[in-house]
Amino acid sequence: MHSLQSACLGLCATFLLASCGSDGGAIAQTATPEMRRLTEDEYRHSIADLFGADIKVIGRFEPDLRRGGLLAVGTSEVAVTRAGFEQYDNLARNIAAQVVDEKHRKTSVPCTPVAAKAPDDGCAEQFIRTVGPRVLRRPLNDQKVGALTAVARREAETSRDFYAGLEFVLAGLLVAPEFLFRVDVVESDPTRAGATRLDGYSKATRLSYFLWNTTPDEVLLAAVARGELDTAKGLARQVDRMLASPRFETGVRAFFADMLNFDGLAAVTKDPQIYPRFSRTVMGDAEEQTLRTITGHLLAGRGDYRDLFTTRKTFMTRTLGVVYRVPVAAETGWQSFEFSQNDPRAGLLTQISFLTLHGPAGRSSPTLRGKAVREVFLCQKVPDPPGNVDFTPLEDATNPAMKTVRNRLMAHSTNPACAGCHKIMDPMGLALENFDGLGQFREQENGSVIDASGTLDGAQFKNAVELGRAMRDNPATVSCLVRNVAGYAIGRSPGREDNAWLNDLKAGFAKNGHRLPDLMRRIATSDRFYAISTTSGDVKVAGGTH
Amino acid sequence: MSAKLNRRRILRGMIGGSAVSVALPFLDGFLNSNGTALASGSPLPVRFGTWFWGCGVTPWRWVPEKVGANYDMPTELAYLKPYKDRINVLSGFDVKLDGIANQPHVTGNFALRTGTTPRELDKHNVPTFDTLIADVVGTDTRFRSLEITATGNPKDTYSRRNAGSINPSEGSPVAFYTRLFGDEFRNPNAVDFKPDPRVMTRLSVLSAIKDDRADLAKQLGAADRARLDEYFTSLRQMEQQLEMQLKKPPPAEACTMTAPPGDMVPAGYLVDEVIASHKTMSHLLAMALACNQTKVFNMVFSDALSALHKAGTTAYHHGLTHNETADPVLGYQIEATWYVERSMEALAYFLGALNGVREGDGTLLDNMLVFAHSDSSLARMHSILGVPMVIAGKAGGRVKTGLHVKGGGDTITRVGLTMQQIMGVPVNRWGTASMDTSLPVTDILA
Repeated sequence: MHSLQSACLGLCATFLLASCGSDGGAIAQTATPEMRRLTEDEYRHSIADLFGADIKVIGRFEPDLRRGGLLAVGTSEVAVTRAGFEQYDNLARNIAAQVVDEKHRKTSVPCTPVAAKAPDDGCAEQFIRTVGPRVLRRPLNDQKVGALTAVARREAETSRDFYAGLEFVLAGLLVAPEFLFRVDVVESDPTRAGATRLDGYSKATRLSYFLWNTTPDEVLLAAVARGELDTAKGLARQVDRMLASPRFETGVRAFFADMLNFDGLAAVTKDPQIYPRFSRTVMGDAEEQTLRTITGHLLAGRGDYRDLFTTRKTFMTRTLGVVYRVPVAAETGWQSFEFSQNDPRAGLLTQISFLTLHGPAGRSSPTLRGKAVREVFLCQKVPDPPGNVDFTPLEDATNPAMKTVRNRLMAHSTNPACAGCHKIMDPMGLALENFDGLGQFREQENGSVIDASGTLDGAQFKNAVELGRAMRDNPATVSCLVRNVAGYAIGRSPGREDNAWLNDLKAGFAKNGHRLPDLMRRIATSDRFYAISTTSGDVKVAGGTH
Repeated sequence: MSAKLNRRRILRGMIGGSAVSVALPFLDGFLNSNGTALASGSPLPVRFGTWFWGCGVTPWRWVPEKVGANYDMPTELAYLKPYKDRINVLSGFDVKLDGIANQPHVTGNFALRTGTTPRELDKHNVPTFDTLIADVVGTDTRFRSLEITATGNPKDTYSRRNAGSINPSEGSPVAFYTRLFGDEFRNPNAVDFKPDPRVMTRLSVLSAIKDDRADLAKQLGAADRARLDEYFTSLRQMEQQLEMQLKKPPPAEACTMTAPPGDMVPAGYLVDEVIASHKTMSHLLAMALACNQTKVFNMVFSDALSALHKAGTTAYHHGLTHNETADPVLGYQIEATWYVERSMEALAYFLGALNGVREGDGTLLDNMLVFAHSDSSLARMHSILGVPMVIAGKAGGRVKTGLHVKGGGDTITRVGLTMQQIMGVPVNRWGTASMDTSLPVTDILA
């Protein structure tokens, strides 16, 4: 009993944090200027947008870090290690060489040098003044332009190649702290004496990585130069432009890939002797399927976020069709697909991406799946297991009385030290037991019919489809999404001081039928998104929106 | 003087005008009479490295009964028999919890590496002691340290400056080879040396991009300033690496080139692939050390939650330590123990790779201090009492070997303190709370 209580306390504490009331007051110290390292995904998208999608980004990245459930939050904690700098340097030199090669220089270099084999300060400076601000996301000062022009000259002389000079300059820009990190710059606020605010370029960077997962485009930078992001109207105009852009879908995909832990999919392996249908192609398609389901529903269909847990609509490839055991007409590529009303599958939890990600190589794991449901979709942290557990009964499928994993888990859960947490995790995982370790449907395990019934916070369900319905109607599902999108935007786990803002966002989200673009717009136009702590300490809390 | 003349003469004969860098046998004439130093007076470098395996041992099948010299080697330890006189076995050194919860496979590993029992690893801003050693001995080599893993997963690393600055492991043998011996490698034994002017350009561009450091830092909070400092320290190291490329490296006796390895990266912790990758990486690392590319390394054989498994089985090493019923007759987990024995076999292979490189009048291993350890003793119970440790090599004569040292429940930080002191870190006490110690393991000091 004791441990059941303590486990519940842990959960309740997290839950309370996410939902308890406003404390108003001044903006807390946590909203200091940001310094976030670009994620691998942000880096790749930035390079593609700056120099073209055909520029290959070859090499390894410093691992991103997951904090509070999000890699985006981890970006505020990671540094660049010595080995990491070396890797960034390799990436940078490789990219720079491609950007100025004969094929790309026509578009990437805005001028033609007097002679290709000699320095040309004028053209080099023009290149630096054009490309530099795009890479560093803000204008370069004259001193830096001068220093880089000198580097270009030096290398052009040494190697008798004008473009080699540009190559070295660009390689340098791509390892600059202002590129690898999103570092806020603060300026004094002309509208409030003594106060400071984020400068326009910092705002543009926050906006662009939040909504597009990439670097600001020229239009956004030009809007900054005109001071437009400092007015509510100008800001709203840019936000609306960005939401209407096809890049917004990239941004939404990036958010869900982060929230759903899809960085882990690359490492998922299933034992080929137990799951002969497993392949890297299946995993790649499974990830894409879920992201297409999400963007199709939330963006194209302007759907209610909660319906992602019950939707029958998805997309298929022929490879996936083999695992789902459904016919797919298209020989290659994607086709839309809808499960029938009596199909055992509905919603994200029954998709292969979720079912494979949370389990070991050779079997399904109701505990890991249940834990993921709690942590990923309900933002409820499940405590770690105690240090000295005996898992022996769980694996022993030879006992005739314990053919299904439910039987075995029940035996295991008679241990009071384990029972508390397992009661929280297992029912949802057991509801998904009709899907094996690779997500393939099954009626039975070891000859016994699988019982997929259970309850979630009081709501009863008989199977995975009903679990999806219970998830849809659970208030924590919505609070959790709001919390995640907000944390993703600001690069830290929202704290107590953010509660007023979160409540405001949640109310607006509900009012607008849980439409994700509206939630993201509300965040992108809210003062809180751009808030930084000030020395004066008298700034009013920015709960409202423009 | 005569050595120099000899060398020139021989090199001319060997190279014959070719611009290709070739490795050369190191001549005895370069060494002093007892083979511990170069004739120039500079001693052969002493290198430090960690070697990690996950999920511990079966203590009663690993820990010797006899203490001191001529110790016995029970079944799981017996794989190291060929190196019995070149290693020290350490048992009975404990991690102290001081009321902090034991987080399985995390607490033991990081407590012994950082000297402080972690409350939450995510917020554990204490450096692992290999980085402290690298700061002292790693400044005059191309790489301050090298982190590699046989598992193929870059996240399998237990070397870090703090919670946000974790040194990633190289998991691909061919990428490791390229990093070491690619374009930027300067063979220390090559006769011709021309500094590359492009290196100068790279230095000047790095200098240009770091100009605004003060402006960037001034509005950041303390934690972010520290992260920015870390970035600039890393940039500085890149500059040092480049500066080093402008100077002719001193010759390295044992440095010979090997062919690049095949393009195979283990995926999914298949034990056969991990063992194969470990073998390749062992030899590459030995050559990196012999060629003076680094003096510090961290090698991971298996992750702390050892995911090693055999093809076609659902059970993996870590799972087995918890799920497998101990054999009623033998009294231990047969399947789980199989992985322990593979780990010891791999450690023996690793020591063999170092020992196979002749250097001075001995081998590379004699000039090494290898610290091999796991995260727990009996993984089934996540025990962090008597975490198994092996110290290999004589560290250029600074260490006595051939001993089994029993800690008698002393704090495990005594070992980390000893390693740091052997490697010249100016430290006389290390660790916090019950693990604070100023008592090195003097038994092994020569």
